[in-house]
Amino acid sequence: MADLRYVGKDLPRPDAADKVTGRAYYIHDLVRPGMLWGKIKFSEHASARIAHVDTSKAARLPGVRAVITGYDTPEVRIGFLHDNFALKRDRVRQFRDEVAAVAATDPDIAAEAIDLIRVEYEPLPGVFTPEEALAAGAPLVHERDADGRPVTTNLLPVAVKHRSGDLAAGERASKYIVEGEFSTPLIQQACMGTAGCIAEMDTRGNLTMWAKTQIPFLAQRDFIRALEAMGLPGRNARVIVPTLGGAFGTGLDTHAYEYIAILLAHRTGRPVKILYDREEEFANLSPRQSARTRIVQGCDADGHITFRRIEVVQDNGAYTSWGATYPTVMLIPATSLYKVQNVEFDAKIVYTNNTYAQAMRGYGNPEVTWPIECTLDQLAEKAGIDPLELRMRNKNEPGETTPMGLQVTTCGLGECLELAKKKLDWESKRGKQRHLRRGVGVASLVHVGGSGRIYRSDGGGIILKLDDFGNVNVSYGGVEMGQGLHAALTASVAEALGVRPEKVAINPTDTATCPWDVGTHASRGAFIACNAAIRASAKARKKIFALAAEVFADEVKKNLQGLIKKSPSYTPPAYDVAAACRADGFELAGGVLSLKGAPDEPWLKLDLGRVLRAIHFRGVAGQMVIEEAFYEPPSELPDWSKGVGNMSASYAYGVQAFEVEVDEDTGDVRILHAVSAHDVGRVLNPQTLRGQVQGGLAQGVGYTLYEEVKTKDGRVLNPSFTDYKIPTVHEMAFPVDVCFVETNDPAGPFGAKGVGEPGLVPTAPAIASAIWDAVGVRINDLPITPEKIVRALKEKKAKE
Amino acid sequence: MSVELSFTVNGEPAEVRVEPDARLVDVLRDALGLLGTKEGCGNGECGACTVIVNGRAVCSCLTPALEVEGVDVLTVEGLAGPGAELSDLQQAFVERGGIQCGFCTPGMVMSAHSLLQRNDSPSEGEIRNALTGNLCRCTGYAQIIESVQDAASRLRAKAGKGGGHG
Repeated sequence: MADLRYVGKDLPRPDAADKVTGRAYYIHDLVRPGMLWGKIKFSEHASARIAHVDTSKAARLPGVRAVITGYDTPEVRIGFLHDNFALKRDRVRQFRDEVAAVAATDPDIAAEAIDLIRVEYEPLPGVFTPEEALAAGAPLVHERDADGRPVTTNLLPVAVKHRSGDLAAGERASKYIVEGEFSTPLIQQACMGTAGCIAEMDTRGNLTMWAKTQIPFLAQRDFIRALEAMGLPGRNARVIVPTLGGAFGTGLDTHAYEYIAILLAHRTGRPVKILYDREEEFANLSPRQSARTRIVQGCDADGHITFRRIEVVQDNGAYTSWGATYPTVMLIPATSLYKVQNVEFDAKIVYTNNTYAQAMRGYGNPEVTWPIECTLDQLAEKAGIDPLELRMRNKNEPGETTPMGLQVTTCGLGECLELAKKKLDWESKRGKQRHLRRGVGVASLVHVGGSGRIYRSDGGGIILKLDDFGNVNVSYGGVEMGQGLHAALTASVAEALGVRPEKVAINPTDTATCPWDVGTHASRGAFIACNAAIRASAKARKKIFALAAEVFADEVKKNLQGLIKKSPSYTPPAYDVAAACRADGFELAGGVLSLKGAPDEPWLKLDLGRVLRAIHFRGVAGQMVIEEAFYEPPSELPDWSKGVGNMSASYAYGVQAFEVEVDEDTGDVRILHAVSAHDVGRVLNPQTLRGQVQGGLAQGVGYTLYEEVKTKDGRVLNPSFTDYKIPTVHEMAFPVDVCFVETNDPAGPFGAKGVGEPGLVPTAPAIASAIWDAVGVRINDLPITPEKIVRALKEKKAKE
Repeated sequence: MSVELSFTVNGEPAEVRVEPDARLVDVLRDALGLLGTKEGCGNGECGACTVIVNGRAVCSCLTPALEVEGVDVLTVEGLAGPGAELSDLQQAFVERGGIQCGFCTPGMVMSAHSLLQRNDSPSEGEIRNALTGNLCRCTGYAQIIESVQDAASRLRAKAGKGGGHG
């Protein structure tokens, strides 16, 4: 690629200085004039009939402005399948069900009022595992669907399956077959900034919502539907996204607390803020979906994969989020991680009375990569082939179309495997350090790298508004949540337009000012935004050059006159400026407009701001340079019932490898060294990318070794950082080699692929493989706790 | 029944009336408008609300406001110089990418500042110990550690050149 000034360079994040000085403002920091504080009364049962709600004492508490329940507010249906309600009437289906809410003049009064609400329940039997929920005669979590039709099963009407090739033929061709059952737990996204919103309504019934969301435009649609349900048809919902204290998938759905804030704002006529505290966040914000997977996989004598059969059962909890579409992403590793021709995939999602689950980084991919990679490791063991070599023999390659129909344009999986091998000194370590109880392990990943189409449009728009001073105000409807989108977008706009990065300002995300975007998920933020920026920049350059042809000569003439006045002896070079001023004759770089092939004279160069002012103030024919572009990636919405379709414009590959040491007495796993090698297409900002990969890896380490939302009969048992352990600075005290393979994807902006999620996808199986290498035990259920290792070691010894 | 509280925050005197059970984090954020101090858990588990009280990094969510009567409190707003130029530590976080969502950043920076005040040549282990109580979900900590190491070397360079504060 031609020389790039800003892309690929370590430019600091544009939001860094504000964040490090405490000047970045999150939902926690925002107030509106006259604002009230909302608080929610959550259910005290996992499954019960609501017999009576007494709000009278709460309503009498001084400072309380409203107390609402499902009985005195319009029914507002929410959720992916519209199976949830803002406030529950008659029936609760999970511990966190919202039974009542208050708005008060301060948060302490709101909390006190909540304690004064008395709810009488008639407990009902519940179901707390998919097995219980699918048993004959199990109580139904929902007796009717969203359309009021009677329901006869706890199985969700969400079917995703895939059949390709000939499984029986694959089995016959196998020399080795491994099968097993694997599980991954509920995981809390654990954003450092908890969830919250402010809802404000004007006198005409239009809503403005400050929301901690990743999907401002789908949220706008959801909130407009709620306004319709509240008797306010035709009104608008404007969604503004403040600085986000992390999101990791929590912002892919709209949430009951947001609708409750809307109902309270409507009732009181005042802005209402609801902010979760940490315990509420752990207990009442949907965690990552859990999964239980049965897998059978085979290979021939040379280690080539012959077939793969995967059956996933997921505990949905009591209501349905977009997380119910995890299987659409599970299809990617199931059908396309390594070359495999004969594949079957089935997923069942089951209602239970547990807390309902939602999206998190990776979105189904780690859940299925876990069993695939663990069983590949076992196949390698059976076949007597080095596990890294076995992966190399099955690696994906450019030009391949996978059983799902994914068109692999670029693929650096082989290079990533080579890097892992070299950086970890694999050959001298694998299988050779058991006497030290040390081992190395490896696993790979494939994920969408060019967005992931799970909605009619997978696009995003951008507006570049250039002002009289050469500032480029960028309006993009996606969300910066910490990942560094604005760093990538700033560099891309500066590069593509030809201005300095400090003249690029990314506006706050706001549905009223930004063009539509489907949402910041599927590692698509930078991919879509920068692709849109390149297109809008091309339009802006074209317009600037066309208009500059009319003003440039006059402006440089002024320069020359000034120069000659100062230095009368100056003789300008022979150069016909007027003749050179053609729309195709300009160059714009670093915010300076010049003529191609012109003599290198300062007076022949104009600051972009000056050119824009000249264009603006050209008498009656003045013009503005404001350009928009909408980028829709070249991908297909898959047919989910067949599990086939090229859902992304490119695919990201990667490999993680670990060296660990296991203490056989305590079961403690100490990570000694990690490699995270990724095919990123092209690096847009090395520092930000490295941070994103290292952060993903830390979440992967937590997922592998420590984290699990524990529940008993539907109640979350560990709603705090003391009892739910995310990695601290001490758990992450090992060297990580972060390596990037640049494959220059043709669909990518400057060749880049999306890489937001991959960092945590293969972590668990890579560590599990290293634990096997170190001490010879395999744990199939995450997290791999010391207790599980000690138990497995005891069982192993008993057998020996 | 509110009571008088007077203390120094970022070098300026502060006088406020507070409830006897008020927490320092609320006084800083609500009464004094110092919103740079973030509250992530309210239980002393995450460190986002870390401020420096009499030279020691503490969780302001666990510190009763009345405990700071007459003492010096430093918040993230007090680190940057007049004219808002960033401190060496802040500049290091910006340049080394020690920041993602930023919610943990003020607390992280205050813990690191407290360390560097005592020790301008901390080992990696000493840096990790100083950041034990500060959780971050975005970065995996690597670039945060690099930021603190970079800040320490900036401080040493200054001390070596001009005999400054170090």
